[in-house]
Amino acid sequence: MAFLDIKNVSKSYEKLTVLHDINIAVEEGEFLVLVGPSGCGKSTLLNMIAGLEEITSGSMTIKGQEMNGVHPSKRNIAMVFQSYALYPNMTVADNIAFGLEMHGVPKAERLKAVQDVSGMLQIEPLLDRKPSQLSGGQRQRVAMGRALVRNPDVFLFDEPLSNLDAKLRVDMRTEIKKLHQDLGSTIVYVTHDQIEAMTLSTRIAVMNGGHIQQLGTPKEIYDNPANIFVASFMGSPSMNIFPAIIREIESNLVGVEISIGAGAETKVLKFAPGTRINLQNFKDRKVLLGIRPEAITDPDGADKAAQIIELIDNTVEVTEPAGSDTYVISRLGGQEAVARMRADVIVTPGEKAVFALNMDRVVIFDPQTEERIN
Amino acid sequence: MSSYSKPDMTSRVQNILPKIVLSPSLFLILIFVYGFILFSAALSFTDSRILPSYDFVGFSNYIKLFGLRHWSIALTNLFIFGALYIVICTCIGLSLAIFLDQKIRGEGFLRPIYLYPMALSFIVTGTAWKWFLDPGIGLEHTMHQLGWESFEFNWIKDRNMAIYTVVIAAVWQTSGFVMSMFLAGLRGIDNQLLKAAQIDGASNFNLYRRIIIPQLRPAFLSAFVILSHLAIKSYDLIVALTNGGPGRATEVPSTFMYSYTFARNQMGIGASSAVIMLLTIASVIVPYLYAELKENKNG
Amino acid sequence: MASITQDTAINTGRITRALIYLFLFLFALYYLLPFGIMVLNSVKPLDEILSGNMVAFPDRWTIEPWLKAWSTAQVGIEPTGLAPYFWNSIKVVIPAVIISTLLGAFNGYILTKWRFKGDTILFGLMLFSCFIPFQIVLIPMARILGITGLAGSTSGLIFVHIVYGIGFTTLYFRNYYKAIPNELIMAAQIDGAGFFRIFYRIMLPVSGPIIVVCVIWQFTNIWNDFLFGASFTDFDSQPMTVALNNLVSSSTGVKEYNVHFAGAIIAALPTLLVYVLAGRYFVRGLMAGSVKG
Repeated sequence: MAFLDIKNVSKSYEKLTVLHDINIAVEEGEFLVLVGPSGCGKSTLLNMIAGLEEITSGSMTIKGQEMNGVHPSKRNIAMVFQSYALYPNMTVADNIAFGLEMHGVPKAERLKAVQDVSGMLQIEPLLDRKPSQLSGGQRQRVAMGRALVRNPDVFLFDEPLSNLDAKLRVDMRTEIKKLHQDLGSTIVYVTHDQIEAMTLSTRIAVMNGGHIQQLGTPKEIYDNPANIFVASFMGSPSMNIFPAIIREIESNLVGVEISIGAGAETKVLKFAPGTRINLQNFKDRKVLLGIRPEAITDPDGADKAAQIIELIDNTVEVTEPAGSDTYVISRLGGQEAVARMRADVIVTPGEKAVFALNMDRVVIFDPQTEERIN
Repeated sequence: MSSYSKPDMTSRVQNILPKIVLSPSLFLILIFVYGFILFSAALSFTDSRILPSYDFVGFSNYIKLFGLRHWSIALTNLFIFGALYIVICTCIGLSLAIFLDQKIRGEGFLRPIYLYPMALSFIVTGTAWKWFLDPGIGLEHTMHQLGWESFEFNWIKDRNMAIYTVVIAAVWQTSGFVMSMFLAGLRGIDNQLLKAAQIDGASNFNLYRRIIIPQLRPAFLSAFVILSHLAIKSYDLIVALTNGGPGRATEVPSTFMYSYTFARNQMGIGASSAVIMLLTIASVIVPYLYAELKENKNG
Repeated sequence: MASITQDTAINTGRITRALIYLFLFLFALYYLLPFGIMVLNSVKPLDEILSGNMVAFPDRWTIEPWLKAWSTAQVGIEPTGLAPYFWNSIKVVIPAVIISTLLGAFNGYILTKWRFKGDTILFGLMLFSCFIPFQIVLIPMARILGITGLAGSTSGLIFVHIVYGIGFTTLYFRNYYKAIPNELIMAAQIDGAGFFRIFYRIMLPVSGPIIVVCVIWQFTNIWNDFLFGASFTDFDSQPMTVALNNLVSSSTGVKEYNVHFAGAIIAALPTLLVYVLAGRYFVRGLMAGSVKG
């Protein structure tokens, strides 16, 4: 049995079901990120792990112990909230020590624990201040201190970085990752930010509409999305997805036909060997082709290790220099497609340029079910 | 489904405690507000006189009530008083708020002056105004002393005008409070919006008429609800200012109820007049509360 | 001429401004006059009031009317002055304010942080109780107080004020606690604090402003109450307002206006004092209770 085991868990409010049959097994030391758009049920799931919301059906265990109906304070968990939820009337030190006090830890021990934690988080100078006197980043650290001091079995984070400005968010992200590496603690972390999910996690559960869409390592999720939702939710700029038609070029050589530019021009692109497609079902049928921006480059920037690179002449519509790269927008399959080229590439809007498509990285979806088919 | 287990002890205690702590208040409210309302309503259908009786007489108390000239005077007075009180308080309150919102020097000094009457008891207000309006000793007397011999202001002694003196005193007491409600509303309006309207070329007058006053809708609504229920409940002021007189000229339902129940020992009729008062207030308050709470339910 | 300041969106001309000041000044006079003149005349001998005009300063200043109103004036049948009734009011106000505020605080805490099915309806029932005309409860309340032996006592009056104060105090605390993030309660639960501990360790310490508002509101309302005082007390237990009304409207003997005025001011002093000391919070709290959305 896993360290934190969530089995067939559902949640409904009267007639509305917000979580459907969730199954996740979190191993000790794992950093699981629940990611999805707002309203997908990720925070509800986290609150259920914390015991702040009841489980409608299913079971949840921590270290093999049944958690259904167990009061939050008895689960040996700690939680960091989006608003930090620091007690406004208490000093930082009292905030950190409050949980220990409630659990009857003697004062001397509490003081020592506060010292240790504040040293680790470098917040010793703040210990006598009130939360209102702290900056957003400092509050964030205190909230983490309050969680750390409890030495819980599982840490729960509810969008802890979403109230910070962009730069601080990146810094704190690194710090959380470092803490996880140093302490080896088990973490369940909720965010709507797919970059946070990618950078922090050992595993990601992508959620939407109360269902887990895909559960896997960041690489699996990114490279092999299970469906269109996962493909387009993860990654920034998001994956290009446009209509195409499966063609059998010759036996054992399958390709895909796409329209190029604004006109009627089409081209058949070869799939890399090893791309498995059920030809019987999909031959000459319309599918959705997904390809990430970094798999469309200028010819010189193309991945040298790729098995098949297809070159396309297409009209450049817009260029967006982003410093490290230049995003070049053209039209494929009748839709805008973003290509990620080198910063110094010379392309001009309105003129033709050569685009290199890395066919190893192409994914194909059934337009009806939106599930992946290759 | 099968693995669902019962909440542990802590959870159960924590679930039940709030309900236990809430229950005394709830009990008091249910018995002493709603139970009593039902009791009074029941009495209004009986022939109770000095003591409650449980002989039901149908609607005869209500029929008697609406046949009484005394009651129709009380209703007419309430209507005159209520309408003038609400309209004048709103007008004065809104004007003062708008003018006070013009970056007035001394606002901090003026505001408490406008507001302090609401800290007073209606009995004190009544005492002050009764004397101020008394022609023999108050304003009229003073004007005569100061040399304005023809000055006449004897409304408080005049059967036809006495109800308006109640309006004057009541407006004096509450209009400052209405002012502060509107002022809070005005201060809550986004200044950028006003700047945008000015750039669009709106004059000050149009700015208020088209942009600002429409945004004060919630303040208007709250003022109306508060003033109307105060009007229907007002009792002390009339007792202290005119005691219903001269004659019955300033009798209102609240004084009517009191005198019929406790002085004239007509409890059944007194109860039915109280029921009418409650229904009148409820017709204003219930829709308001319903709207407010519906909004809150999701919050 | 109108200089452009940072925050004034509306600029007015010089003449308009002068008119505005005049308007505001006249209304200040309207609010000040009746009470101000009453103060002035409470330190005048009676003959000066009857013969002179009311805005004149006294020729002879005297505190005699005040002393008389306080300790020797005829209230009802006894020449006790208002003093015993002042203490009656104090005896009623203090416990009634404390208990109703405490109940309101708990109710507000429960209705916002420990929500359960049907709580909105319960709150609606409590809220409606603020608005009922008290005439509807007079008869049964008089009966109950009579049966329980509380009629004609300050304890009975205390009880009545607690019951009909719960609606307002609950409203204030509920609106205030609503703005306190629920996450704070969740964090405290995870930390192991229970229902009462969360209340006094986390909610109460941040409730200062609303406690002030609630106490001022309850104090003013209960102190100024007349209807309940007149209905449920006897001569020994009646509160200040009822005694004042008896003093002012007694028809025996010469009307001692200066004594009446002094008595009225004494009756008004506690609430005025509270208002002067904490009026700003009072208004703010009333806003929180009534103006929103």
